[in-house]
Amino acid sequence: MNQLRFVGSNLPRPDAPDKAAGRALYIHDLKRPSMLYGKIKYSEYAHAKIKHIDTSKADKLPGVRAVITGYNTPEIRIGFIRDNFALKRGKVRQFRDEVAAVAATDPEIAEEAIDLIKVEYEELPGVFTPEDALKEDAPLIHEEDPRGRPRKDNIVPVPWKFVSGDVEEAKKKAAYIAQGHFETPLIQQSCMGTAGCIAEFDLQNNLTIYTKTQIPFLAQNDFNRALAAMGLKGKNTRVIVPTLGGSFGTGLDTHAYEYIAILLAYKTGRPVKIVLTREEEFTALSPRQPTKTDIIQGCDKDGKLLFREIRMLLDNGAYTSWGATTPSVMMLPISSMYRVPNVYYETTIVYTNNTFCQAMRGYGNPQATWAIESNLDDLAEEAGIDPFEFRMINRNVPNDITPMGLHISTCGHKECLEAAAEKLSWKEKRGKGRKVARGVGMASLFHVGGSGRVYRSDGTGVIMKLDDFGNVSVITGGVEMGQGLNTALTLASAEALGVTPDKVTVVWGDTATCPWDVGTHASRGAFTACNAAIMAAEKARKKVFELAAEHFMPRVKKQLEKRKKKDPDFEIPDLDYERVRDPSEFDMKENIIFLKEEPGNPFLKVALEEILRAAHFKQEGTMIVTEAFYDPCNEMIDPRTCKGNLSATYIFGTQGVEVEVDLETGRVKVLHVVAAHDVGRVLSQQAIKGQIYGGVIQGLGYALCEEYKTDKGRNLNPNFLDYKIFSAPDVDFPIDIECIETIDQEGPFGAKGVGEPGLVPTAPAVANAIFDAIGVRIRSLPITPEKILAALKEKAKG
Amino acid sequence: MRKVISFTLNGYNVSAEVESHKMLLEVLREHFELTGPKEGCGQGECGACTVLVDGYNVNSCIYPAFEVDGKSVVTVEGLLREGNKLHPIQQSFVENGGVQCGFCTPGMIMSAAALLNENKDPSEEEIKRAISGNLCRCTGYVQIVESIKKAAEMI
Repeated sequence: MNQLRFVGSNLPRPDAPDKAAGRALYIHDLKRPSMLYGKIKYSEYAHAKIKHIDTSKADKLPGVRAVITGYNTPEIRIGFIRDNFALKRGKVRQFRDEVAAVAATDPEIAEEAIDLIKVEYEELPGVFTPEDALKEDAPLIHEEDPRGRPRKDNIVPVPWKFVSGDVEEAKKKAAYIAQGHFETPLIQQSCMGTAGCIAEFDLQNNLTIYTKTQIPFLAQNDFNRALAAMGLKGKNTRVIVPTLGGSFGTGLDTHAYEYIAILLAYKTGRPVKIVLTREEEFTALSPRQPTKTDIIQGCDKDGKLLFREIRMLLDNGAYTSWGATTPSVMMLPISSMYRVPNVYYETTIVYTNNTFCQAMRGYGNPQATWAIESNLDDLAEEAGIDPFEFRMINRNVPNDITPMGLHISTCGHKECLEAAAEKLSWKEKRGKGRKVARGVGMASLFHVGGSGRVYRSDGTGVIMKLDDFGNVSVITGGVEMGQGLNTALTLASAEALGVTPDKVTVVWGDTATCPWDVGTHASRGAFTACNAAIMAAEKARKKVFELAAEHFMPRVKKQLEKRKKKDPDFEIPDLDYERVRDPSEFDMKENIIFLKEEPGNPFLKVALEEILRAAHFKQEGTMIVTEAFYDPCNEMIDPRTCKGNLSATYIFGTQGVEVEVDLETGRVKVLHVVAAHDVGRVLSQQAIKGQIYGGVIQGLGYALCEEYKTDKGRNLNPNFLDYKIFSAPDVDFPIDIECIETIDQEGPFGAKGVGEPGLVPTAPAVANAIFDAIGVRIRSLPITPEKILAALKEKAKG
Repeated sequence: MRKVISFTLNGYNVSAEVESHKMLLEVLREHFELTGPKEGCGQGECGACTVLVDGYNVNSCIYPAFEVDGKSVVTVEGLLREGNKLHPIQQSFVENGGVQCGFCTPGMIMSAAALLNENKDPSEEEIKRAISGNLCRCTGYVQIVESIKKAAEMI
């Protein structure tokens, strides 16, 4: 383990050259013969009855091959609790509701046809805030539940509640208490490559769909269910995932547009492609949930946390995606970030006529951490304890079991806190910049680091196939979406098997050829796939050495004889060439098989490919293909108590931020960011830096500028001019990355998952720095200049 | 209105009959079947479609195809040398972690190419300004800026 050759190295991504040359093929670049272009007609109201849909003009437009609505296609139910439909009938519940779609020979014709479809609506009163949705006389978004039973209110039947200890009793004992109301906005994942798919049927009515997803195998299941609803029960779906232009959680649900492409492909008998425009990506995909959080935390006189009480109200929007399960991840920091014995957490998710929400990187954790870490600074202030010291007092420790039943094994929280404080010059700067409106702040994170058992299976499969040339195909069910799974998997496979990374090809993204995987979510991709690869590599090594037992010495003999032919002066050493060796005598590194006992003997070395060829290319030959299915040692949480060891290991991190506030304009200028993360072990230097830098900048966008603005359910800023994400000149400050390597025993080579954490604590770290700089607490994101100025005005009033 | 436009594309003389409302990006992708220039927004906001026209970087998604008549167009494919050899800028992106999901990469590289055509030794600030019209959601730009800096050293 201490002599890792490739793991932790700076080797480039294997997919980088093709991407840098414009050769990687995204859904936008794919075409199929005789392909049609699909286009969707969306609702013109947030809440309305559909009175009539007139498609007659669109039907007649030359080039149009199909026009479909909810009235001329089978009902396909979709979503986490199946409260959504591919095409809507009866009424629309949000602006993005799909009411009709066309397939045409040209995208421009498809667009024209969409405009020719006339829909008559009867507008209904809408509900646009979660508070309004809870009012007794609120209009019902859904009159019936998915089983057809009448509904009485707008509460989504996915309640989350977690209780540990006795918060009321702890409140009585607390010396200091801080209370606050915190809010987070809708934000858009903003993948550079928009979503899209191509659906096509073969002549046996099996479906192939090329689509942008993070869950090819769960999607296969969803689409098979849709086929059954279309009268094609027993038919199968093959999901093929093209190169993804980012995903950030958007691919964790199957989407209406995919089902619409399937319906159009079936109806026309031709492949149908639907790619969302940037505007559709904003308005017709699901953003990250907004939250409203009431929090109270209390500590004793020494600053030890006694309790944490959190009540959350989530605006689900009109339908329910897997996003409704994000509270299960919010529960991790709420129950377990910093040691806190008494916890109460309750969340209510409600339907509104706003756009429905889904997962985004962090899966609820950023929203929860925003409230906890902002409020923690308030509590430290109440207690008169330096926020860094306060965090050190309450930090997580190794080998601990939290109130939620999470088994913390390795834990670098202390090291992360210390690294952030040191790099930020905390002692010199904290509390000393008020005069110049400069401040430092920090916030920590707690997240799953060893996958998360969201489904009954948390497994991932890897097939390792060795060919005659010593090449290794590592076939995985995981999804590369830019995060670097292929890089990590290449390095880990090479390391575990004993070959060089250039011999490894990662094959992924096809349900017909790749082994099952539950999905690339929860920062689990590299953690689970590399663990599976290590298992498969062990099996492959065993087989290689079994073959070597027979073929090693004869190959050595042949090599030496060959050498003798070339060089008559060469003396063939006196070895026992007839000897069949024991498989346990061999080792392999960098494609070369050698004897453990004599690793330095220059004569006793044979290339892997020679052994493989000798064993394969003959009568009654053999080949090496191994597989492994890794399922981590974690648990599903008990739906009743919400307790259970969700992940095989947990990750920690602390980010520190220094800011300067312009008191005239309210503008916050970031001066320095420190991101200290317990990563277990660095698998790939490039990939981990990319994940953390990228996460920090997304986190800063969440903190300072990103907001998906709506007016009565309609998105107002569906483009990058009005929806501001960071551009390169905005990153005019240093970001220091500190990777704390705790070498976790469950992790591949000790690594933990690192996909999401980079953005989790950034926003509260910024808010805490702003408090240090100007003494005002901003409690709603994003922290705009307007909010700063308003808070300063309020403060001046006293 | 349709018109035959002639221009050089990645060093070759080419021509195409296009309609007046077509943008350069669509002509490059649909007519010439190039996959390097990407459509990320179609309205000149994200820079994924960046190509060089007479050496200057433009958003090809809002650049009328008629306008390139008689000009020279270079896409990211045009930077490749014989034998699939990457251009030093491309190579630098590969070696320095400038690539993640890769969707913004061709556009980034073309903006970098335009910068390095003009300025052989750009400061960090000049690099950031040069790619200010190229959005990226994965990298936080840090390793992209490093890639361009190191490319400048290599060239």
